[in-house]
Amino acid sequence: MSAQQPTATPKTVDPRGPRFGAAITTVLLAVILILGPGVPALVLLVIQTIAFGLGSLVGLSAQPYGLINKSVVRPRLSPPSELEDPRPPRFAQTVGLIFAVAGLIGLVAALPVLFYVAIGFALIAAVLNSVFNFCLGCELYLLGRRAFGKPLAARFITANPN
Amino acid sequence: MTGLYVVAAATLLTVVLGLYRALTDGWIRGARRRDGGVRLGAEQLGKELGGSATFVQFSSAVCARCRATARLLTDVVRDTPSVAHVEVDAETRLDLVEQLNITRTPTVVLLDKHGVIRHRIVGAPRKPDLLGALRDVLTDTAA
Repeated sequence: MSAQQPTATPKTVDPRGPRFGAAITTVLLAVILILGPGVPALVLLVIQTIAFGLGSLVGLSAQPYGLINKSVVRPRLSPPSELEDPRPPRFAQTVGLIFAVAGLIGLVAALPVLFYVAIGFALIAAVLNSVFNFCLGCELYLLGRRAFGKPLAARFITANPN
Repeated sequence: MTGLYVVAAATLLTVVLGLYRALTDGWIRGARRRDGGVRLGAEQLGKELGGSATFVQFSSAVCARCRATARLLTDVVRDTPSVAHVEVDAETRLDLVEQLNITRTPTVVLLDKHGVIRHRIVGAPRKPDLLGALRDVLTDTAA
């Protein structure tokens, strides 16, 4: 690793890693949905939630699918053509975590609609990521910041004509 | 059984969304009606405009394709000293984001020499499109 100036954005992620993880996530979420509410789905969803949680709260280097990729898949591939900023895929893990927790609540509290909707959206995001390399959470991030990023008071003040 | 339907619906929705995005991403559009008359200057951007045109790129930290877009624009403006590339962090400039109604990153707006918005590209742009839009603005400026 070469020394970089401290202001440079950290580039540490092989972009193929998060896509590999998204592929595993896609399969798991589809199986969870097909199994439907019950103990097997609960076990798988707990595993998936832990994976999202590690990727989001600890970092991508702790994400289990990322570790599988690093130890099994990546040695068989040519070196990446470029490395990527880890923040976008980590943010995607956070979005996944929110949906997975919502799905867990749906399972545990016997709210099947919440379970199906939350895991359905998580599946959509995972497929978009793995197949189209399109990060839904990243796309919606700015809209979220626009809606919630400002204190309520500031929105009232800007609403006034000046 | 419900789960199977949800998987099928999610897959269908994803394919439609993904194809739509793959087809339309990075399309270059002429200035929208509400861009008409919107003019950006050095005082808003915190950086001098180019003498003949300026690419203003809105980026954010969670945006994977912003880096590639920045490299592409750096490459495009390298040989033309009168064209500038200004990168704006969308999160710290929510005022500009609101004013221009920017919904996602990267979004690139191309300004003419007066700072008037002439083109808008939502998503990762392609180099030939950027060059075409730039040529368009430069020939207009020369006329």
